[in-house]
Amino acid sequence: MSKPIASLPFEKEIQQMEALLASLESRADEQGDTLEEIRRIRRELANLTRKVYMNLSAWETVLVSRHPNRPQTTDYIQMIFDEFVELHGDRAIGDDRAIRTGFARIGDHRVLLVGHQKGHNLKEKNECLFGCAHPEGYRKALNKMKLAAKFKQPIICLIDTPGAYPGIGAEERGQAQLIATSLLEMTRLETPIVCVVIGEGGSGGALGIGIGDRVSMLEFSYYSVISPEGCAGILWKEANDETKRLAADALKLTARDLFKLRVIDDIIPEPLGAAHRDPQQMGNFLKQYLLRYLRDLKKIPLPELLEQRYQKFRRMGVFEEGVKTVAVAEGQ
Amino acid sequence: MSTAGTSKRGVPEGLWIRCPQCKATVFRKEAEARFSVCPECSHHFYMPARSRIKQLLDEESFEEWFSDIRPCDPLQFNDRVLYGQRLKAEQAKTKMLDAAVVGRGYIRGRPVVFAVTDFAFMAGSMGSVVGEKLTRAAEEATRLQLPLIIVSGSGGGARMQEGILSLMQMAKISSALARHDKAGGLYISILTNPTMGGVAASFALQGDFTFAEPGALIGFAGKRTIWNTLRLELPEGFQTSEFLLKHGFVDRIVHRKELRMELARIIDYCEH
Repeated sequence: MSKPIASLPFEKEIQQMEALLASLESRADEQGDTLEEIRRIRRELANLTRKVYMNLSAWETVLVSRHPNRPQTTDYIQMIFDEFVELHGDRAIGDDRAIRTGFARIGDHRVLLVGHQKGHNLKEKNECLFGCAHPEGYRKALNKMKLAAKFKQPIICLIDTPGAYPGIGAEERGQAQLIATSLLEMTRLETPIVCVVIGEGGSGGALGIGIGDRVSMLEFSYYSVISPEGCAGILWKEANDETKRLAADALKLTARDLFKLRVIDDIIPEPLGAAHRDPQQMGNFLKQYLLRYLRDLKKIPLPELLEQRYQKFRRMGVFEEGVKTVAVAEGQ
Repeated sequence: MSTAGTSKRGVPEGLWIRCPQCKATVFRKEAEARFSVCPECSHHFYMPARSRIKQLLDEESFEEWFSDIRPCDPLQFNDRVLYGQRLKAEQAKTKMLDAAVVGRGYIRGRPVVFAVTDFAFMAGSMGSVVGEKLTRAAEEATRLQLPLIIVSGSGGGARMQEGILSLMQMAKISSALARHDKAGGLYISILTNPTMGGVAASFALQGDFTFAEPGALIGFAGKRTIWNTLRLELPEGFQTSEFLLKHGFVDRIVHRKELRMELARIIDYCEH
């Protein structure tokens, strides 16, 4: 909380109060009534933050998910993994920096970690193209995931991408093909797979490392078939402040929406005022969930695990058939 | 994607059609008699699902499955028009309930499971109905140990109006195709104009064999997305069947009039 954080439009009041609190705390060596005042403001700040974050609109959630101080894959590697042995390269074209892959230790588990990286500063963002992977990235991820299956290590995928890279080279080298292949193979990889959307879950670029036995989202992440901007540009003909909001609402892209639609298993709670206010606490929460998933999934015999993975995605979708509505998503 | 001489959705209308490629004015009946291919330059026009079935399968051999699966509006999606209203209008226009037709039939005497998506219905995009029908088709192909043939035509890929549920159809159909593959089943994918986005990035490029009709637009990111993101104009011939063949993503480009014969031939090679 000490580091100044970039400002989101709906956070103004929170930040004013945070500044007030900081200035009071800086001269806290004084009498009892200042301490009393500090306690009072802390309480008020907590209430205000809770209230603001409980009532975020879909578009505001998208802004939180893209917050520059929001922890990314490499931050989680530092915070919650005991070791990370990065494995580079797709054995064909290069080493896509938008997707990181490597062996890692978490708790008592050895895992293969796959994660999008968007970058915090300009240099890093340029290097990993804001988390937009090329076909090389998906080829690399799949190669390493197959290794994990071969050596019976579970896989953790951390999803955080605005979408797969939309460019000429990406098309020439088979963006659609590599994502298609990745989907097909992930449905049958013979090892437990855990996927968590930690920030942006942008369409096919997210799903490309998003098929698993558990799929969950952090509380203020989003997961969508298309970005709100892209959707607004197509269906409202123009992406502006108003249409982006409308599109974000219409797409039902928040963790709460996806949980209701039975697309995700859990909403992983974020610290008060979202992950960017307290990355370490976010790391702790995420770690608890990951450890539980690994523990649970390792107990399931492989044929059963694969059958459950099949059924998990098999039941998704809502349609009508015969005389009644078959809401497969609501099923069971 | 939108072409001169055709309606907004690329569906030829009226007695005469103007070929978007060679600009010739073609008598519609004549083009249709030649598999909806331009007699002057071999440009492949849009072809409805029903005509595909008629053209590719043996006469009267098609038995349609799951024909009463209907779309609904799980998100209550409203982009100035309610999705429910949009569906009704599309259904009235196309006389289809949604964009996919699946079933079984014969190709020159060879039994197959056959599926086709129709561009006329919401640009052939994939929502829950298309996902469910294709998944069931793949499952039936596995169960009956028959070759699976899917003809794709989708401009939009995953259907925005069903949000994340559309994206998850990509995972669902991939799961079924992976099982079909594992069981030794044959799957031939035929790409037609256009095959884009989430359709290209799932079932359309998961075949044992990938055929494409000449001149089809095939790719992941659309022209508009690339322009909006990078301000890049695309080179001539970008994302065409020929472009994909050159870059190694298509096995064969097949003229529509050869497709039946080519399919039968591949099926024979894969028999065991």
